Amino acid sequence: MEGKPVLHYFKARGRMESIRWFLAAAGVEFEEKFIETAEDLNKLKNDGSLMFKQVPMVEIDGMKLVQTRAILNYLSTKYNLYGKDTKERVLIDMYTEGVADVNEMMIRLPVCPRDQKEATIAKIKEKTTVHFLPAFEKVLSHGQDYLLGSKLCRADIHLVEILHYVEELDPSLLANYPLLRALKARVSNLPGLKKFLQPGGQRQPPTDEKMLEEARKVFKF
Amino acid sequence: MAAKPKLCYFRGRGRMESIRWLLAAAGVEFEEEFLETREQYERLQKDGRLLFGQVPLVEIDGMALTQTRAILSYLAAKYNLHGKDLKETVRIDMHADGTLDLMMKVAAAAFKPPGEKEKSLASAVEKAKTRYFPVFEKILKDQGEDFLVGNKFSWADIQLLEAILMIEELDASVLSDFPLLQAFKTRISNIPTIKKFLQPGSQRKPPPDSHYVKVARTVLQF
Repeated sequence: MEGKPVLHYFKARGRMESIRWFLAAAGVEFEEKFIETAEDLNKLKNDGSLMFKQVPMVEIDGMKLVQTRAILNYLSTKYNLYGKDTKERVLIDMYTEGVADVNEMMIRLPVCPRDQKEATIAKIKEKTTVHFLPAFEKVLSHGQDYLLGSKLCRADIHLVEILHYVEELDPSLLANYPLLRALKARVSNLPGLKKFLQPGGQRQPPTDEKMLEEARKVFKF
Repeated sequence: MAAKPKLCYFRGRGRMESIRWLLAAAGVEFEEEFLETREQYERLQKDGRLLFGQVPLVEIDGMALTQTRAILSYLAAKYNLHGKDLKETVRIDMHADGTLDLMMKVAAAAFKPPGEKEKSLASAVEKAKTRYFPVFEKILKDQGEDFLVGNKFSWADIQLLEAILMIEELDASVLSDFPLLQAFKTRISNIPTIKKFLQPGSQRKPPPDSHYVKVARTVLQF
Protein backbone atom coordinates (compact mmCIF):
# COMPACT_ATOMS: atom_id res chain seq x y z
CA MET A 1 0.00 0.00 0.00
CA GLU A 2 1.29 3.44 -0.85
CA GLY A 3 2.39 5.55 2.11
CA LYS A 4 1.30 9.14 2.45
CA PRO A 5 3.51 11.81 0.92
CA VAL A 6 5.85 13.35 3.53
CA LEU A 7 6.56 17.06 3.31
CA HIS A 8 9.85 18.44 4.65
CA TYR A 9 9.86 22.18 5.38
CA PHE A 10 9.73 24.81 8.09
CA LYS A 11 6.53 25.30 10.07
CA ALA A 12 5.64 28.20 7.80
CA ARG A 13 4.05 28.97 4.45
CA GLY A 14 7.05 29.85 2.31
CA ARG A 15 7.49 27.67 -0.76
CA MET A 16 5.71 24.63 0.63
CA GLU A 17 2.29 26.17 1.15
CA SER A 18 1.16 25.82 -2.47
CA ILE A 19 1.99 22.11 -2.26
CA ARG A 20 -0.07 21.79 0.93
CA TRP A 21 -3.00 23.56 -0.74
CA PHE A 22 -2.77 21.32 -3.78
CA LEU A 23 -2.73 18.07 -1.82
CA ALA A 24 -5.58 19.22 0.41
CA ALA A 25 -7.71 20.20 -2.59
CA ALA A 26 -6.90 16.92 -4.32
CA GLY A 27 -8.07 15.07 -1.20
CA VAL A 28 -4.64 13.55 -0.57
CA GLU A 29 -3.64 13.03 3.06
CA PHE A 30 -0.08 14.01 3.81
CA GLU A 31 2.38 14.00 6.69
CA GLU A 32 4.78 16.76 7.59
CA LYS A 33 8.24 16.68 9.14
CA PHE A 34 8.93 20.21 10.30
CA ILE A 35 12.46 21.57 10.25
CA GLU A 36 12.68 23.20 13.66
CA THR A 37 16.40 23.51 14.38
CA ALA A 38 19.59 24.18 12.47
CA GLU A 39 20.50 20.55 13.20
CA ASP A 40 17.31 19.31 11.50
CA LEU A 41 18.22 21.25 8.38
CA ASN A 42 21.88 20.18 8.40
CA LYS A 43 20.90 16.54 8.75
CA LEU A 44 18.75 16.76 5.62
CA LYS A 45 21.49 18.59 3.76
CA ASN A 46 24.13 16.05 4.73
CA ASP A 47 22.24 12.78 4.25
CA GLY A 48 21.71 13.33 0.53
CA SER A 49 17.99 13.96 0.77
CA LEU A 50 18.13 17.38 -0.86
CA MET A 51 19.35 17.44 -4.47
CA PHE A 52 20.38 21.09 -4.34
CA LYS A 53 20.60 21.26 -0.51
CA GLN A 54 17.31 23.14 -0.48
CA VAL A 55 13.75 22.59 0.71
CA PRO A 56 10.87 22.10 -0.08
CA MET A 57 11.36 18.35 -0.36
CA VAL A 58 8.54 15.85 -0.74
CA GLU A 59 8.94 12.12 -0.26
CA ILE A 60 6.53 10.31 -2.54
CA ASP A 61 6.49 7.08 -4.58
CA GLY A 62 9.97 6.14 -3.41
CA MET A 63 11.47 9.45 -4.51
CA LYS A 64 12.71 12.56 -2.74
CA LEU A 65 11.46 15.40 -4.93
CA VAL A 66 12.78 18.95 -4.75
CA GLN A 67 12.09 22.18 -6.70
CA THR A 68 8.57 23.40 -6.02
CA ARG A 69 7.51 23.42 -9.66
CA ALA A 70 8.82 19.92 -10.36
CA ILE A 71 6.93 18.67 -7.30
CA LEU A 72 3.66 20.36 -8.29
CA ASN A 73 3.97 19.18 -11.91
CA TYR A 74 4.40 15.61 -10.68
CA LEU A 75 1.51 15.78 -8.24
CA SER A 76 -0.77 17.48 -10.76
CA THR A 77 -0.21 14.70 -13.27
CA LYS A 78 -0.50 11.94 -10.68
CA TYR A 79 -3.79 13.28 -9.34
CA ASN A 80 -5.27 14.20 -12.74
CA LEU A 81 -5.51 17.92 -12.24
CA TYR A 82 -3.34 18.90 -15.21
CA GLY A 83 -5.81 19.02 -18.11
CA LYS A 84 -6.59 16.41 -20.73
CA ASP A 85 -4.06 17.26 -23.46
CA THR A 86 -1.02 19.40 -24.25
CA LYS A 87 -3.09 22.44 -25.26
CA GLU A 88 -4.96 22.42 -21.93
CA ARG A 89 -1.71 21.76 -20.13
CA VAL A 90 0.09 24.77 -21.59
CA LEU A 91 -2.86 27.00 -20.72
CA ILE A 92 -2.80 25.63 -17.17
CA ASP A 93 0.95 26.26 -17.04
CA MET A 94 0.49 29.86 -18.19
CA TYR A 95 -2.11 30.49 -15.49
CA THR A 96 0.00 28.69 -12.88
CA GLU A 97 3.11 30.71 -13.72
CA GLY A 98 1.17 33.97 -13.54
CA VAL A 99 0.02 32.99 -10.04
CA ALA A 100 3.56 31.94 -9.12
CA ASP A 101 4.87 35.41 -10.05
CA VAL A 102 2.50 37.03 -7.54
CA ASN A 103 3.15 34.28 -4.97
CA GLU A 104 6.87 34.95 -5.25
CA MET A 105 6.24 38.52 -4.13
CA MET A 106 4.04 37.29 -1.26
CA ILE A 107 6.69 34.76 -0.15
CA ARG A 108 9.39 37.44 -0.03
CA LEU A 109 7.27 40.02 1.79
CA PRO A 110 7.86 38.79 5.36
CA VAL A 111 11.65 38.90 4.90
CA CYS A 112 11.64 42.26 3.18
CA PRO A 113 13.57 44.96 5.16
CA ARG A 114 11.24 47.11 7.23
CA ASP A 115 12.07 50.32 5.36
CA GLN A 116 11.17 48.70 2.03
CA LYS A 117 7.97 47.04 3.19
CA GLU A 118 5.56 49.79 2.18
CA ALA A 119 7.07 50.10 -1.30
CA THR A 120 6.98 46.33 -1.75
CA ILE A 121 3.32 46.13 -0.74
CA ALA A 122 2.57 48.92 -3.22
CA LYS A 123 4.31 46.89 -5.94
CA ILE A 124 2.25 43.81 -5.10
CA LYS A 125 -0.95 45.82 -5.25
CA GLU A 126 0.09 47.32 -8.58
CA LYS A 127 0.96 43.96 -10.10
CA THR A 128 -2.27 42.36 -9.00
CA THR A 129 -4.57 45.18 -10.08
CA VAL A 130 -3.00 46.12 -13.43
CA HIS A 131 -2.59 42.69 -15.04
CA PHE A 132 -3.15 39.76 -12.77
CA LEU A 133 -6.70 40.06 -11.41
CA PRO A 134 -8.19 41.51 -14.62
CA ALA A 135 -6.65 38.71 -16.70
CA PHE A 136 -8.18 35.97 -14.57
CA GLU A 137 -11.55 37.73 -14.26
CA LYS A 138 -11.56 37.86 -18.08
CA VAL A 139 -10.81 34.14 -18.35
CA LEU A 140 -13.78 33.40 -16.09
CA SER A 141 -16.12 35.47 -18.25
CA HIS A 142 -16.82 32.22 -20.15
CA GLY A 143 -19.36 31.75 -17.39
CA GLN A 144 -18.28 28.29 -16.32
CA ASP A 145 -17.26 27.18 -12.86
CA TYR A 146 -13.49 26.87 -13.32
CA LEU A 147 -10.68 28.47 -15.31
CA LEU A 148 -10.68 25.81 -17.99
CA GLY A 149 -14.42 25.35 -17.99
CA SER A 150 -16.45 22.78 -16.17
CA LYS A 151 -13.57 20.85 -14.63
CA LEU A 152 -11.30 21.78 -11.71
CA CYS A 153 -7.58 21.86 -12.42
CA ARG A 154 -4.45 22.79 -10.50
CA ALA A 155 -4.56 26.38 -11.71
CA ASP A 156 -7.87 26.97 -9.89
CA ILE A 157 -6.29 25.78 -6.63
CA HIS A 158 -3.14 27.93 -7.05
CA LEU A 159 -5.21 30.97 -8.01
CA VAL A 160 -7.60 30.67 -5.08
CA GLU A 161 -4.65 30.33 -2.68
CA ILE A 162 -3.29 33.65 -3.95
CA LEU A 163 -6.72 35.28 -3.79
CA HIS A 164 -6.73 34.46 -0.08
CA TYR A 165 -3.34 36.21 0.28
CA VAL A 166 -4.48 39.21 -1.72
CA GLU A 167 -7.50 39.48 0.56
CA GLU A 168 -5.26 39.18 3.65
CA LEU A 169 -3.20 42.07 2.30
CA ASP A 170 -6.19 44.28 1.45
CA PRO A 171 -9.76 42.96 1.08
CA SER A 172 -10.77 45.90 -1.12
CA LEU A 173 -8.48 44.58 -3.89
CA LEU A 174 -11.03 41.92 -4.76
CA ALA A 175 -14.00 44.28 -4.71
CA ASN A 176 -14.28 44.67 -8.48
CA TYR A 177 -13.89 40.99 -9.34
CA PRO A 178 -17.14 39.14 -8.76
CA LEU A 179 -16.17 36.10 -10.85
CA LEU A 180 -12.91 35.68 -8.93
CA ARG A 181 -14.76 36.01 -5.63
CA ALA A 182 -17.18 33.32 -6.79
CA LEU A 183 -14.30 31.01 -7.81
CA LYS A 184 -12.65 31.63 -4.45
CA ALA A 185 -15.82 30.64 -2.59
CA ARG A 186 -16.45 27.61 -4.82
CA VAL A 187 -12.93 26.19 -4.57
CA SER A 188 -12.52 27.00 -0.87
CA ASN A 189 -15.65 24.90 -0.24
CA LEU A 190 -14.27 21.75 -1.84
CA PRO A 191 -14.27 19.19 1.00
CA GLY A 192 -10.47 18.82 1.19
CA LEU A 193 -9.87 22.57 1.20
CA LYS A 194 -12.71 23.34 3.55
CA LYS A 195 -11.11 21.06 6.15
CA PHE A 196 -7.60 22.46 5.38
CA LEU A 197 -8.77 26.03 5.94
CA GLN A 198 -10.53 25.38 9.24
CA PRO A 199 -8.79 25.80 12.61
CA GLY A 200 -6.76 22.65 13.18
CA GLY A 201 -6.24 22.18 9.41
CA GLN A 202 -2.74 21.84 7.98
CA ARG A 203 -2.76 25.34 6.56
CA GLN A 204 0.01 27.60 7.92
CA PRO A 205 -0.75 31.10 9.26
CA PRO A 206 0.81 34.24 7.76
CA THR A 207 4.47 34.69 8.71
CA ASP A 208 4.55 37.48 11.29
CA GLU A 209 7.42 39.37 12.94
CA LYS A 210 7.48 37.03 15.94
CA MET A 211 7.80 33.89 13.78
CA LEU A 212 10.56 35.56 11.77
CA GLU A 213 12.48 36.54 14.93
CA GLU A 214 12.30 32.96 16.19
CA ALA A 215 13.42 31.63 12.82
CA ARG A 216 16.35 34.07 12.72
CA LYS A 217 17.50 32.86 16.13
CA VAL A 218 17.24 29.21 15.15
CA PHE A 219 18.62 29.38 11.62
CA LYS A 220 20.93 32.35 12.13
CA PHE A 221 20.06 34.47 9.11
CA MET B 1 2.31 23.49 -43.60
CA ALA B 2 3.07 24.65 -40.09
CA ALA B 3 4.41 28.17 -39.79
CA LYS B 4 7.66 28.67 -37.92
CA PRO B 5 7.33 29.57 -34.23
CA LYS B 6 7.67 33.31 -33.73
CA LEU B 7 9.49 34.69 -30.72
CA CYS B 8 8.92 38.22 -29.42
CA TYR B 9 11.46 39.65 -26.97
CA PHE B 10 14.39 42.03 -26.65
CA ARG B 11 17.43 41.43 -28.78
CA GLY B 12 19.22 39.72 -25.92
CA ARG B 13 19.19 36.66 -23.64
CA GLY B 14 17.01 37.48 -20.64
CA ARG B 15 14.12 35.08 -20.21
CA MET B 16 13.96 34.05 -23.85
CA GLU B 17 17.40 32.49 -24.24
CA SER B 18 16.52 29.06 -22.80
CA ILE B 19 13.64 28.93 -25.27
CA ARG B 20 15.99 29.71 -28.18
CA TRP B 21 18.33 26.94 -26.99
CA LEU B 22 15.51 24.41 -26.79
CA LEU B 23 14.19 25.19 -30.25
CA ALA B 24 17.67 25.22 -31.76
CA ALA B 25 18.62 21.92 -30.11
CA ALA B 26 15.40 20.37 -31.41
CA GLY B 27 16.34 21.54 -34.91
CA VAL B 28 13.32 23.83 -35.15
CA GLU B 29 13.68 26.99 -37.24
CA PHE B 30 12.13 30.05 -35.65
CA GLU B 31 11.53 33.73 -36.40
CA GLU B 32 12.13 36.60 -34.04
CA GLU B 33 10.49 39.99 -33.58
CA PHE B 34 12.65 42.26 -31.42
CA LEU B 35 11.18 44.72 -28.96
CA GLU B 36 12.89 48.06 -29.25
CA THR B 37 10.44 50.75 -28.21
CA ARG B 38 7.83 51.36 -25.53
CA GLU B 39 5.24 52.00 -28.26
CA GLN B 40 5.81 48.54 -29.72
CA TYR B 41 5.31 47.00 -26.29
CA GLU B 42 2.13 48.95 -25.59
CA ARG B 43 0.73 47.89 -28.97
CA LEU B 44 1.50 44.28 -28.09
CA GLN B 45 -0.26 44.64 -24.75
CA LYS B 46 -3.29 46.28 -26.36
CA ASP B 47 -3.79 43.62 -29.01
CA GLY B 48 -4.38 41.02 -26.30
CA ARG B 49 -1.74 38.42 -27.04
CA LEU B 50 0.07 38.90 -23.72
CA LEU B 51 -1.95 37.11 -21.04
CA PHE B 52 -0.40 39.05 -18.18
CA GLY B 53 0.95 41.91 -20.29
CA GLN B 54 4.46 40.41 -20.32
CA VAL B 55 7.04 38.94 -22.65
CA PRO B 56 8.52 36.43 -23.56
CA LEU B 57 5.86 35.67 -26.13
CA VAL B 58 6.04 32.65 -28.44
CA GLU B 59 3.46 32.18 -31.16
CA ILE B 60 3.24 28.52 -32.06
CA ASP B 61 0.54 26.05 -33.14
CA GLY B 62 -2.06 28.80 -33.31
CA MET B 63 -1.45 29.90 -29.71
CA ALA B 64 0.10 32.99 -28.11
CA LEU B 65 2.20 31.48 -25.31
CA THR B 66 3.64 33.52 -22.48
CA GLN B 67 5.35 32.62 -19.17
CA THR B 68 8.80 31.19 -19.78
CA ARG B 69 8.37 27.87 -17.99
CA ALA B 70 5.00 27.19 -19.60
CA ILE B 71 6.62 27.71 -22.99
CA LEU B 72 9.66 25.57 -22.17
CA SER B 73 7.51 22.72 -20.85
CA TYR B 74 5.30 22.81 -23.95
CA LEU B 75 8.26 22.75 -26.33
CA ALA B 76 10.07 20.03 -24.38
CA ALA B 77 7.01 17.77 -24.62
CA LYS B 78 6.33 18.65 -28.27
CA TYR B 79 9.87 17.79 -29.35
CA ASN B 80 10.17 14.64 -27.21
CA LEU B 81 12.71 16.09 -24.82
CA HIS B 82 10.67 15.65 -21.63
CA GLY B 83 11.20 12.01 -20.71
CA LYS B 84 9.28 8.84 -21.53
CA ASP B 85 7.20 8.61 -18.34
CA LEU B 86 6.27 10.62 -15.27
CA LYS B 87 9.32 9.51 -13.26
CA GLU B 88 11.69 10.69 -16.01
CA THR B 89 9.72 13.91 -16.48
CA VAL B 90 9.97 14.84 -12.79
CA ARG B 91 13.73 14.23 -12.83
CA ILE B 92 14.11 16.41 -15.91
CA ASP B 93 11.97 19.08 -14.24
CA MET B 94 14.11 19.03 -11.09
CA HIS B 95 17.31 19.42 -13.11
CA ALA B 96 15.92 22.02 -15.49
CA ASP B 97 14.34 24.09 -12.75
CA GLY B 98 17.60 24.09 -10.78
CA THR B 99 19.68 25.26 -13.76
CA LEU B 100 17.05 27.81 -14.74
CA ASP B 101 17.19 29.26 -11.19
CA LEU B 102 20.96 29.63 -11.60
CA MET B 103 20.72 31.27 -15.03
CA MET B 104 18.01 33.69 -13.89
CA LYS B 105 20.37 34.88 -11.11
CA VAL B 106 22.92 35.76 -13.79
CA ALA B 107 20.30 37.43 -15.97
CA ALA B 108 19.00 39.54 -13.07
CA ALA B 109 22.50 40.72 -12.14
CA ALA B 110 22.72 42.79 -15.35
CA PHE B 111 20.09 45.15 -13.92
CA LYS B 112 21.78 45.75 -10.58
CA PRO B 113 23.86 48.85 -9.80
CA PRO B 114 27.66 48.53 -10.17
CA GLY B 115 29.18 46.85 -7.11
CA GLU B 116 25.99 44.90 -6.44
CA LYS B 117 26.17 43.48 -9.96
CA GLU B 118 29.66 42.06 -9.47
CA LYS B 119 28.63 40.64 -6.09
CA SER B 120 25.60 38.91 -7.63
CA LEU B 121 27.65 37.43 -10.44
CA ALA B 122 30.30 36.18 -8.02
CA SER B 123 27.54 34.61 -5.92
CA ALA B 124 26.11 32.88 -8.99
CA VAL B 125 29.54 31.45 -9.85
CA GLU B 126 29.94 30.29 -6.25
CA LYS B 127 26.52 28.60 -6.30
CA ALA B 128 27.36 26.92 -9.59
CA LYS B 129 30.62 25.54 -8.16
CA THR B 130 29.23 24.43 -4.82
CA ARG B 131 25.53 23.74 -5.22
CA TYR B 132 24.74 22.87 -8.82
CA PHE B 133 27.75 21.50 -10.72
CA PRO B 134 28.74 18.96 -8.04
CA VAL B 135 25.23 17.49 -8.24
CA PHE B 136 25.39 17.00 -11.99
CA GLU B 137 28.98 15.69 -11.85
CA LYS B 138 27.79 13.06 -9.36
CA ILE B 139 24.77 12.12 -11.46
CA LEU B 140 27.00 11.58 -14.49
CA LYS B 141 29.46 9.59 -12.35
CA ASP B 142 26.82 7.37 -10.70
CA GLN B 143 24.99 6.65 -13.94
CA GLY B 144 27.97 6.33 -16.27
CA GLU B 145 25.73 7.44 -19.14
CA ASP B 146 26.03 10.17 -21.75
CA PHE B 147 22.92 12.08 -20.70
CA LEU B 148 21.35 13.16 -17.42
CA VAL B 149 18.07 11.26 -17.59
CA GLY B 150 17.03 7.96 -19.10
CA ASN B 151 20.15 7.54 -21.20
CA LYS B 152 18.55 9.84 -23.74
CA PHE B 153 19.11 13.47 -24.77
CA SER B 154 16.57 15.70 -23.02
CA TRP B 155 15.72 19.26 -22.04
CA ALA B 156 17.81 18.76 -18.87
CA ASP B 157 20.99 18.27 -20.95
CA ILE B 158 20.31 21.38 -23.05
CA GLN B 159 19.76 23.57 -19.99
CA LEU B 160 22.86 22.24 -18.24
CA LEU B 161 25.04 23.02 -21.25
CA GLU B 162 23.54 26.50 -21.49
CA ALA B 163 24.24 27.07 -17.78
CA ILE B 164 27.81 25.75 -18.02
CA LEU B 165 28.63 28.10 -20.90
CA MET B 166 26.99 31.04 -19.13
CA ILE B 167 29.01 30.49 -15.94
CA GLU B 168 32.21 29.89 -17.91
CA GLU B 169 31.76 33.34 -19.44
CA LEU B 170 32.06 34.67 -15.88
CA ASP B 171 34.83 32.30 -14.73
CA ALA B 172 36.64 30.26 -17.35
CA SER B 173 38.03 27.84 -14.74
CA VAL B 174 34.67 26.87 -13.25
CA LEU B 175 34.75 23.29 -14.59
CA SER B 176 38.30 22.56 -13.44
CA ASP B 177 37.13 20.20 -10.67
CA PHE B 178 34.48 18.53 -12.81
CA PRO B 179 36.01 16.22 -15.43
CA LEU B 180 32.72 14.54 -16.32
CA LEU B 181 31.03 17.90 -16.87
CA GLN B 182 33.91 18.86 -19.14
CA ALA B 183 33.31 15.72 -21.19
CA PHE B 184 29.55 16.38 -21.10
CA LYS B 185 30.11 19.92 -22.35
CA THR B 186 32.16 18.69 -25.31
CA ARG B 187 29.75 15.88 -26.11
CA ILE B 188 26.57 17.98 -26.03
CA SER B 189 28.22 20.89 -27.86
CA ASN B 190 28.99 18.52 -30.70
CA ILE B 191 25.40 17.47 -31.27
CA PRO B 192 24.85 18.84 -34.82
CA THR B 193 21.93 21.14 -34.02
CA ILE B 194 23.72 22.54 -30.99
CA LYS B 195 27.02 22.83 -32.81
CA LYS B 196 25.24 24.96 -35.41
CA PHE B 197 23.64 27.14 -32.71
CA LEU B 198 27.05 27.72 -31.11
CA GLN B 199 28.55 29.06 -34.32
CA PRO B 200 28.75 32.78 -35.11
CA GLY B 201 25.74 34.03 -37.06
CA SER B 202 23.22 31.84 -35.22
CA GLN B 203 20.25 33.18 -33.27
CA ARG B 204 22.08 32.71 -29.97
CA LYS B 205 22.36 36.03 -28.17
CA PRO B 206 25.44 37.55 -26.45
CA PRO B 207 25.66 38.30 -22.70
CA PRO B 208 23.70 41.40 -21.62
CA ASP B 209 25.49 44.71 -22.14
CA SER B 210 24.57 48.28 -21.19
CA HIS B 211 22.61 48.77 -24.40
CA TYR B 212 20.44 45.72 -23.71
CA VAL B 213 19.77 46.91 -20.16
CA LYS B 214 18.87 50.38 -21.45
CA VAL B 215 16.39 49.04 -24.02
CA ALA B 216 14.77 46.68 -21.51
CA ARG B 217 14.41 49.46 -18.93
CA THR B 218 12.97 51.84 -21.52
CA VAL B 219 10.47 49.37 -22.91
CA LEU B 220 9.36 47.94 -19.56
CA GLN B 221 9.73 51.26 -17.71
CA PHE B 222 11.53 50.11 -14.60
